[in-house]
Amino acid sequence: MTNLQGRSARMRTMGRKAIAVSMVCLGLLVGSVLAQGELRLCLRSEPKTFDPLKVEDDASVTIRYLTGGVLLRVNRQTQALEPELAQSWKVSKDGKQITFKLRSGILFSDGTPFSAEDVAHTVQQLMDPALHSPTGDAFRSGPGNVETKIISSTQISITFPTAVAGLDRQFDQVAMLSAHSPQKEMAVLGPFMVADYKAGSTVQLKRNPNYWKTDAQGRKLPYLGSIRLDIQANRDVEMLRFKRGEIDLVNSLDSDYFDKLAATSPQLVHDAGPSLDSEQMWFNQVAKAPLPEYKKNWFRSAIFRRAISQAINREDLSRVVFRGHAQAALGPVSPANKFWFNSKLKAQAYTPDAALKALEGDGFRLENGTLKDKEGNAVVFSIVTNAGNKYRERMATMIQEDLQKIGVHVNVVTLDFPSLIERMTQTFDYEAILLGLTNTGLDPNEQMNVWLSSSENHQWNPQEKSPETAWEAEIDRLMRAQASSADAKKRKESFDRVQEIALEQAPFIYLVNRNALSAVAATVQGAIPVILAPQTYWNVERLSVK
Amino acid sequence: MKLWPTNFWRSSACAVLLLVVGLSLAANWLAPAGYAKQYRDATDASPSPQHWLGTDEIGRDRFARVLYGTRISLLLAPAAALLTTLMAALVGGLGGYLGGAWARGAMAVTDLFLSLPWLFLLITVRAMMPLNVSPLASVLVTFLMLGLLGWTSAARVLCSTAGSLRESDFVRQARASGIRGGRLFWIHVLPNLKPVLYAQFWISIPVFILSEANLGILGLGVAEPMPSWGSLLKELEGLVSVGEEPWKFVPLILLVVVVTAFQLVLSKQAEVAA
Amino acid sequence: MLGKKMARHGLAIVATVLLGGLLSATLVRLAPGFDADEAQLDPHLNSESVQALRHQRLEQHNIFRFYFHSLRRAAHGDLGTSLSLGQPVSRLLRERAPLTLRLVGMGLLVSWTVAMALALSAAWLRVSAYDALTTVISGTFLCIPAAVLALLSVLWNVPGALAVALIVFPRVYRYAHNLLAKAYCLPHIITARAKGLSELRILFWHVVPIAGPQLLALAGVSVSIALGAAIPVEALCGLAGVGQLAWQAALARDLPLLTNLTILVTLVTLLANSSADVIGHMLRGEEA
Repeated sequence: MTNLQGRSARMRTMGRKAIAVSMVCLGLLVGSVLAQGELRLCLRSEPKTFDPLKVEDDASVTIRYLTGGVLLRVNRQTQALEPELAQSWKVSKDGKQITFKLRSGILFSDGTPFSAEDVAHTVQQLMDPALHSPTGDAFRSGPGNVETKIISSTQISITFPTAVAGLDRQFDQVAMLSAHSPQKEMAVLGPFMVADYKAGSTVQLKRNPNYWKTDAQGRKLPYLGSIRLDIQANRDVEMLRFKRGEIDLVNSLDSDYFDKLAATSPQLVHDAGPSLDSEQMWFNQVAKAPLPEYKKNWFRSAIFRRAISQAINREDLSRVVFRGHAQAALGPVSPANKFWFNSKLKAQAYTPDAALKALEGDGFRLENGTLKDKEGNAVVFSIVTNAGNKYRERMATMIQEDLQKIGVHVNVVTLDFPSLIERMTQTFDYEAILLGLTNTGLDPNEQMNVWLSSSENHQWNPQEKSPETAWEAEIDRLMRAQASSADAKKRKESFDRVQEIALEQAPFIYLVNRNALSAVAATVQGAIPVILAPQTYWNVERLSVK
Repeated sequence: MKLWPTNFWRSSACAVLLLVVGLSLAANWLAPAGYAKQYRDATDASPSPQHWLGTDEIGRDRFARVLYGTRISLLLAPAAALLTTLMAALVGGLGGYLGGAWARGAMAVTDLFLSLPWLFLLITVRAMMPLNVSPLASVLVTFLMLGLLGWTSAARVLCSTAGSLRESDFVRQARASGIRGGRLFWIHVLPNLKPVLYAQFWISIPVFILSEANLGILGLGVAEPMPSWGSLLKELEGLVSVGEEPWKFVPLILLVVVVTAFQLVLSKQAEVAA
Repeated sequence: MLGKKMARHGLAIVATVLLGGLLSATLVRLAPGFDADEAQLDPHLNSESVQALRHQRLEQHNIFRFYFHSLRRAAHGDLGTSLSLGQPVSRLLRERAPLTLRLVGMGLLVSWTVAMALALSAAWLRVSAYDALTTVISGTFLCIPAAVLALLSVLWNVPGALAVALIVFPRVYRYAHNLLAKAYCLPHIITARAKGLSELRILFWHVVPIAGPQLLALAGVSVSIALGAAIPVEALCGLAGVGQLAWQAALARDLPLLTNLTILVTLVTLLANSSADVIGHMLRGEEA
């Protein structure tokens, strides 16, 4: 090689190196620019705790999602379960044991290494009987202790005394705690960490510098530098602030505001379709309720309940109250829950004539526009709902008019929530209640405490010593069967039957499934609103702000 | 005192009040469909020949609801205001007139009343009422409670006023003339408390109308579908959209007009009395 | 003598404050929903957890025992822990009181300035049309719901103190106007006018002093009105003050927090009204 050729080769090598260095610098620069944006959204209440194991309220759930690192994560878009801190897992055939293989080299936000010991510590804290948290109780399928076995620093198996239905998916809600960090629950594995908290005002989160995830190009996640969560209970003010550009997301948008915003800025609003949530009403079937016997007889009659259900115009409720952003509900599972929804169920049509006929067959008669039972008592009852929820108040008023057409007189009563809860769970001094159910997950096991007749949350007749009707006994059997089986097909069969019985017997009169509505500012990139919570920031580590 | 007003403002005020009362009484003819009928295909509608003030969020005619709501609010709010004014006169006026330990006791009670969270008493009252209580009974109880609890602000001012009057020359002269006790209070002291009493009465009317709507959160107030001015005014809380729907301000304008008319009537009464 | 009177007055204030705390605690305890917690509706919770939630307020069931223990702890500077927020009450009050003080203070200043300006000018001018105009202005603000005024302050990006001022001013204006108008009708005012004194001198030297004690009483009361107005303003404007805390505590039936808040409000009310009484008595030349 001549000197000239050698110099050219050296120049080319230097040039290639310079390009490589520039690319790296550019990547770092882009990464750092991307990591400087702040996402701003509102919490609707004060967070009660930063301890991820004690989380009960929505605000604390939000903070847990943004800061907590979990072993497995339900992809909110595909609804599939994906590895997170655990790179793989295995559930035993009997559904009692789960073994995790953890990723290595992961650090908590304060630099403390993450290992199987932390998982064991978290599970032991979670299963402490004194904890009394929804997260922990979801794993308590039966009496006995939970055993953790640390196989290696990156392998652990957890054994439960009885089978836990959907065991792996439950870990989506369990944020790992450090066994060794002096910061305790403030040392986190999620994309963000709590930087500042001003009570009543804001929670400031900043990027976790030790977050383990990178994107496909090898850039460190999250892209955002910080998140500001403003505590704002009033939805009108939240909307005002979104319109003014002071916040970037409205995670759960009211239908009233959806249409108004869509009229001026359609690109900012998103309707992801029916959510998992439902609105329903039920009658009081508690034997010791302080109600006249004749009313208890009405409420305990499936014919009466079904007739009332038939006389309610669900299409109007969806169209008028929710501006078309809802659909008539069929049962405890929303059609959005594709696997668990019983597609064979027939929609409840609005047929007031058929309702009246059914009631007449049960001994009721219409006299001068008033429906009376066989003893001559006018059918009058109250529907109680929580004050301040304008959609429920409107629904109750529309149901009042619908039932008036079949001679039933309804009094709409709105109460503050604690008073309502007391009537519902302690004094049983109510006739009918209209409330909603928020389903955070897909698995029907989450509704176990609603369907079991002995349960506290068996709302129409809680804590039955033994099932008071044959259909409740059947539901108990079916729910226990699906909870103890690891076979998805068998579980579906059982739960499909539960949905059929629920439609036949109408202990709950399901009204509507609301759509998942949200608003995302144009400055936010990467947002893909979905139906599972958190609808707009489920992929927060990949969001950025222009 | 003259029976018939001669002053322009007072005459206009009386005419306005009579007009409003008349319209509310004629609601059955002016809005025959009633306040509860839901025109579900015309919800949140703008004003039209069928619905002069448009419809609300579930399709009820707003004009009908304003008319029927006037009956409730215009009848009961002044009645509750009268009750509260009488209680203020009793506690504050009498306490100040008697003086000494009576005045101190009355003011201690007043200060306590000002500080206590009466919200919980109202919640308890609602709990004691049957769930199926009629809307009218519910609203009557609401205004009764407001009347019984709303007297504290005026009581303090009345106590101070009555205390000043007790030592005034004309009261001393009346006492020296042999007038004592209730007669002295009724004839010489109470008329001089009228400015504060009128102020209390006037302020209480819109305050009670608004409070009645706020008490809906406890299950008190008017029950659906019965309307009241307070419940109609709550629509204004959707401020983001109300700016584009100015007809929603009609209940507010009506309330301002009625309250102003009351004040003009009362102020002229006060002048005549003085 | 003065010392004895002041000590008696001070004792009366303390007794009233303590009674206020006890009555407040009783009202909260007896109201329905005391043992109810929204968390117990979570379907994930099992029976034991729901029972544990229900029993977390067991120690507060006996109100006298609860109050006695609260006072004993308060004597050592421990005001208890908020059930709904899980934080020490003393810290919550310490963090939030300054904002509310500023909000209420500014609100009162602005409301009194506007109210007295309108009332004095109406009393001085004594023109029907001007009277009607001020009546319409004050009446309009009296008729606008407090929530709407609070939302307007957010919409127009003005301080929450202005919303408080607009809630308080119509009440102050109407009382002040009527008191001044009444004072104008007194015989010695007519004499002063007949003797050729200027209207300004009559207003400030003869009318205002007559109405002074009552206006002072009104000033004391307006503090309570402003504190009440602060609740919806703070709750809606997202201001982390004592008013917002009071509203959250009421919804959650948070007994330790509500008891302490009532004691604080009673103390402020009593101090404001007592100060007004003392100054009023001094102006009248009486012994307080």
